[in-house]
Parts: sequence; structure tokens; C-alpha cells
Amino acid sequence: MPQITFIEPSGNPVPLDVPEGWSLMQAASANGVDGLLGECGGSCACATCHCYVDDRLMSLLPPPQDNELGMLENVAAERRPNSRLACQIKASAALEGATVTLPECQE
Amino acid sequence: MAAVVAADDPVVIIGAGQAGTLTAEALRSGGHVGPITLLGDEPHGPYHRPPLSKAWLAGEMGEAQLMLRAPEVLAKKGITLRTGTQAVAIDREARQVRLADGTSLPYAGLVLATGAAPRTLALPGADAANVLPLRSRDDASRIAAALARCAGKQQPVVVIGGGFIGLEVAATARKKGLLVTVLEAGPRLLGRVLAPMLSDWFADLHRGHGVELVLQSRIEHIVTEGGEAVAVRLVDGRRLPCGLVVLGVGVSANDALARAAGLECEQGVVVDACARTSDPRIVAAGDNTARRLADGSLLRLESVHNATEQAKSAAAALLGQERPFTATPWFWSDQYGRKLQMAGLSTGADAWALRGELGGAAFSVFHYRAGRLVAVDSVNDAKLHLLARKLLDAGMSPAPEQVADAGFELAGLLAR
Repeated sequence: MPQITFIEPSGNPVPLDVPEGWSLMQAASANGVDGLLGECGGSCACATCHCYVDDRLMSLLPPPQDNELGMLENVAAERRPNSRLACQIKASAALEGATVTLPECQE
Repeated sequence: MAAVVAADDPVVIIGAGQAGTLTAEALRSGGHVGPITLLGDEPHGPYHRPPLSKAWLAGEMGEAQLMLRAPEVLAKKGITLRTGTQAVAIDREARQVRLADGTSLPYAGLVLATGAAPRTLALPGADAANVLPLRSRDDASRIAAALARCAGKQQPVVVIGGGFIGLEVAATARKKGLLVTVLEAGPRLLGRVLAPMLSDWFADLHRGHGVELVLQSRIEHIVTEGGEAVAVRLVDGRRLPCGLVVLGVGVSANDALARAAGLECEQGVVVDACARTSDPRIVAAGDNTARRLADGSLLRLESVHNATEQAKSAAAALLGQERPFTATPWFWSDQYGRKLQMAGLSTGADAWALRGELGGAAFSVFHYRAGRLVAVDSVNDAKLHLLARKLLDAGMSPAPEQVADAGFELAGLLAR
């Protein structure tokens, strides 16, 4: 089970052991991490699980698909090159030690 | 505005779904330090409801992944979650909620987040054991088990109702290779929400995936054998054999508690834009509410977005702040890998404009009422959906010619 650290908007780090196959949204939502809403339950339909991934994650993850790209174009907080939707990132052993930062706002 | 509840007063929340849970959290983050009790009548803690008719039904996610919040997370926030607990009455004078076990909980502020219940059909045979609605996690689990049984015995499935729930279940059942018939009483699918051209496109989508679709269907009765539905008989004489009937015929607000307590109810618990009921100590959020609009009419929304927004308004109201929910409502559905996202309310629309090509990779239908844009439905067009929400929030109404012109930059309207 990889350990992934979520940085809340306050700067508070929340390290979580995320079961493989879970999305990062599911892990953050179930564990009540601040700064992430995940309103649609993980359907890539609401853009309220926007996050910034670290450099290693950027190179590891497959690039976003069209739908995620479309949602990212209109996220509430600043869109950056490392912006992703947490519901589209699945945990795997390769993600061990990754850091995901949550933006100031989601809507 | 004075706070309804003092910082250390007890708050009771009836309903541990999306609205109830988020109200509890918003109260905490808003500075409320007093006891918060979250009552849920299901045996499970708060969970995400949208996947129930999609990934959960398809068996693609586990129990823990469905959790909206783990119970220990709520405990850490000082929110007392009581599952399997039913509230049976509200005593507004004594400010107490009476529970099924005979005990009572005192409150200074009360939140009604009781959700909605699936409608049933007054048809002979509708009480058979394998005629199932889809609302709760247990409902969805029962349908998943029944789908597996049908697959094993090669029995078809009949879905009654061509709305979102019915169509999502149909799509999931087809994905599992089951024979599916959808019966819709109206002349088209999703008739209350979609433009006619999009209804037709959805009908083609389902037919193209092998769903038998019967529009304007009239059901005579459900044929049962030994308490199990074995077929659905239509008025025109057709007999549709089946191993499962799924009911997707809408929901009714759970407002019985509020009604019995004398709160104003009409199609649901009547609230204002700030989620306040007719009793200043009681707020309501989610599928159980009907919002009174400025013109006096009532708006019923059944969506996660509404639950989330009303939860924030409800918590704010108890804390003495006005936080009206005025943002453009939005909804979505997933069927066969197509994502439909809707912004605004298309009720009463009388003209439509198409952006993109109907059935193309990404396209959207703009709804107009009396010449003004009121809603936009997008298929696999996430970027446009979010832009549409901004346009509607800003009260903008691009002309149908601008919408139809792919070269016209709609986002440019916002920048002006």
C-alpha cells in the first residue's frame, strides 16, 4: 500500500496509506482531507478534486484524457502544468512517497 | 443576524447522506464547538451515492471506496455518527427529536436531511421480491446480485422508467451482456430534462447497444410466480419475460417528519434560498427540500450539487449567516462511456441551438426560453459544460447563431 502525502490548503501534510486501485480522490474523501470535495463521487464530472502533483508523479502518470483535460480548463483555482483531477489517479506501488498538493479552492 | 445556535449548543442532524454529512462538517469548520449528532437510518456510514447506479452496480469498486467519510474521520471532528437510528418525531416545543428506541435527543438547532424515497408503482405484481428500486447502497447491492443471477440463468431484465437511474442501470446491465428492455411511459427518454434531439440521440445510443426500447408503453401488470416477477405484460398484449424488474420512476421527498411537526411542506420541506424552514431553529438540505423562489414557485432539485450547496447554506443559517444558494444547478450522467453534463434548468424551453455535431465526439445543446439561454446539455464536452455554468451564472445569453458557429469563441463573452 503506497504512502501518499496530501498537503491541505493550510499547508498541513496528511500522509495516507492508499490501497492499490483506489483513486486519490477516494482516499482523500474517506479520510476527510481538507481542500478536496469530490462531489460527483469520482466520475470526472465536477472538477472539485483538483490537485497539483509532484514532479515524479508528473512523469509517472499517464497524461490526462480528453474529458479530464476539458474539466481542468475551468478549475476554480489556478491551473498549472501539474494540475490533475484526483479521481483520475489510481494508487499503485509506483506512487510510493508521492506528494499531492490541494489548491485554495475547488469551486 | 443572530446565531440560532450558541457555539456550545447541541445540533441534531436527521439524515447521514451527502447533505447531512456536509452540514455537520460545515458547522464544525464554521466554528460550532457544541455536540453534533448525525443520525442515519441505514446501517452504513455516509457514502457516495452517484456511483451506485454506475461503478458500484458494475462491481468495479469496493465498500470502502464508496465511503464519503470514514466513521473515524467524523469521530475525530467530534461528530457523533449514529447509524441504524431512526428519528420518529420532532417535538418543536420541547426542542427534541424522538428516536425509534423511545429515547429523545435535545437540540438547539435541527437539520433535516432526510433525502427522498423511490416511488413505487400501483400495479399488480409490483410487490414481487425481484421488483427493485435503486436508491440506497443496499438497493444497489440487491440489484447487482439479481443481475448476476439473471446472467447465470440467461434471463432478461426489464427496466421501468427511461430516466437517469433506469438508463444507467440499463447501460450497466448491457455491459454485463444481459438482455434489457426499457419501458418509458412518455414519448421520449429523459423527456423532462433533455431537448427532443438529445432524447432521440440517447434512444439511438441505447438501441445501438442492444437495448429494446418501448416508448409510450402502458403496463398492464407484472406477472408473478411464487412471489417472483417472471414477466411484464403490456396493455398492447406483449409479454416481456424477465428475471428482474428495476423501478426507476422517480422519487418523493421524505418530508413526513417535517409535516407531522407542522413545518410548511409542499412537494418537500419548503426552504428559502438559505435553507431555512418555517421554524427558525430548523434548516433543511438535500433531496427532501423544495425551495421557494422569489416569484413564489417551488423548485425541487435532486442532485449532489444541490445537497452540497444547501448543506453549506443550512450550516451558515444556524450560525447566523445568510448564505443563499444561487449558483446554476448542474447534473450529470454516465452511459456507455458517454458523459452527459447538464447546466441550468431546461423547464419550459421552447428553442434549441446545437454546438458541434449531434453524435460527434463532443457536442452540446443550448436551451432557450422566451429568447434567453436557460440550460446547456453537453455530451463528452466537459470544457463547454464548465463554460456554460459560468455563462449562466453571469446571466449571459449568447445568440443561437453564435452557439451554432463553431468559430465563435463563447468564452470571449465572459472576458468582456
